[in-house]
Amino acid sequence: MSDDTTAVLADGIRKRYGRTTALDGFDLAVPAGTVYGVLGPNGAGKTTAVRVLTTLLRFDAGRARVAGYDVASEPDRVREAISLTGQYAAVDEVLSGRQNLVLFGRLRRLSARRARDRAEELLDRFGLTEAADRSAGGYSGGMRRRLDLAASLVVPPRVLFLDEPTTGLDPRSRNGLWSAVRELVDDGTTVLLTTQYLQEADHLADRVCVIDSGRVVAEGTPERLKARIGADRLELVVRDAADLPTAAAVVERATGAAVTVDAELRRVDAPVADRIAVLMTVLRTLEDAGVAVEDVLVRRPTLDEAFLHLTGGRFDAQRMEVAS
Amino acid sequence: MRALTDGWLMAGRNMRHVVRAPEEIIIYFSLPIMFVLVFGYVFGSGMSVPGGGNYREFLLPGVFVMTMLYGLGATASAIAADAGRGVVDRFRSLPMARSALLSGRAGADLVRACLEMTTLVVCGLLVGWQWRDGVGPALTAVALILLLRVAMTWVGILFGLLVPNPDTVAVVVFPLAFPLTALSNVFVAPELMPDWLGAVAAWNPLSATVAAARDLFGNPGLSGDSWPARHALELAVAWPLALIAVAAPAAVRGYRRLGR
Repeated sequence: MSDDTTAVLADGIRKRYGRTTALDGFDLAVPAGTVYGVLGPNGAGKTTAVRVLTTLLRFDAGRARVAGYDVASEPDRVREAISLTGQYAAVDEVLSGRQNLVLFGRLRRLSARRARDRAEELLDRFGLTEAADRSAGGYSGGMRRRLDLAASLVVPPRVLFLDEPTTGLDPRSRNGLWSAVRELVDDGTTVLLTTQYLQEADHLADRVCVIDSGRVVAEGTPERLKARIGADRLELVVRDAADLPTAAAVVERATGAAVTVDAELRRVDAPVADRIAVLMTVLRTLEDAGVAVEDVLVRRPTLDEAFLHLTGGRFDAQRMEVAS
Repeated sequence: MRALTDGWLMAGRNMRHVVRAPEEIIIYFSLPIMFVLVFGYVFGSGMSVPGGGNYREFLLPGVFVMTMLYGLGATASAIAADAGRGVVDRFRSLPMARSALLSGRAGADLVRACLEMTTLVVCGLLVGWQWRDGVGPALTAVALILLLRVAMTWVGILFGLLVPNPDTVAVVVFPLAFPLTALSNVFVAPELMPDWLGAVAAWNPLSATVAAARDLFGNPGLSGDSWPARHALELAVAWPLALIAVAAPAAVRGYRRLGR
């Protein structure tokens, strides 16, 4: 199957390292021209999957096709069609930013002159012109990641793999990277990105899959994933913390579901099925009880909640803090 | 064709590294100078050459070869450093020749060896060494020494991939390289050694290159009538080629295995 509409296809990929199984029947289908997010906790197999699909790692069983070529039997064709920007910036730290871009251009068969011109364009586009002649090893984390992405775009790839592209980046660099990714997709590139940041997948990806222990446990649009954990949620903030128990009792009675209370935020939170009716009941009851409501909203569950639900809560709170 | 152009690009990358880290250049030149001075004057005062002749003149071809041997440490740690860098992932995900990272290293190290050879020859001339049989044979001798360096480069690349830690590999290389020079004709003619030791020294790949170079330079110390001593020139070609034939494919296999 090498239809033009599927840019990346993985079918039952297995990869073992000694006794550990990194990928255990990993399946994936990325429609061409879309952004696809692979979500999962550390050690779930995200990076292994990317390394397999980018020809860096051999796999034990299964089938993988990228840009219409078989990863196992036509790795060079695959390499012609892809670029990889890894978790750790893959640039030469001794060479300057400009020398890096020229080198990667030359290795991609650009003429010396074309490689130099392209390097200038990219340095300019990624705001690296001033630092162009300094060693990349001396760049800040954000600059290095930008150079890394620029190196992946010297010849625009048909499929771009981004392995945790914004891990450790400040919000401004992250936003810059996100807009660069969106521009690429507008130009027809397919992007596969792995991330621990659910917000990132929610923001960028057309479809996502969640992997855990080397296999996909859920797949779909971010919207559908969120829907999979069911109901919308009612969130209510009271003005006075003393009213929290009353509010919690009222919400519990109206929704008939378990209520989460956050004392610090003075917030009560519960899943809700019949949204408007419940909302009216709650607000009326609270008004009668003399409880001042500061804020109220009904929202869809966040991808974080979907994720926790799908991976059986193994996605620990510490990482969620980093993500938010 | 692609292997050649990609290897050339990678060699250019490695040479740019040197230009951007000038302290390396000092090491390029200081080691050969130190070897000539230390061994020439310290050992040179108390050693004799079979068949007579100046010890320093006897020693210099050996120092040339020894410097080439020690070069494998630099090769190994450069490769080990590369293997541990993220940039290798990018190289491996590019549609470039698989061999280019390694052949680029070999190419850059050959350029380095030429610089070292030039330094050695200049130093040698300053301390009284000379070639006596004309420029042609002298250049042939230099070519044989560089051929040995190419073999050492591939051995070094193999080490660098087997021990992919630049600090460890430097520590591993010295204890291997030092006995190899001591058990050769670099410092002492094999016939001055106990028989069994002399036989080991005579068959040492370094000895073949050193003996051939002494002959071609017209330097003293032509020694022995053992089979390896009589066929030094042939062995000086055969040994390095054999080493390359073993080490280069093994290194390429080792490089491929980085991805397992």
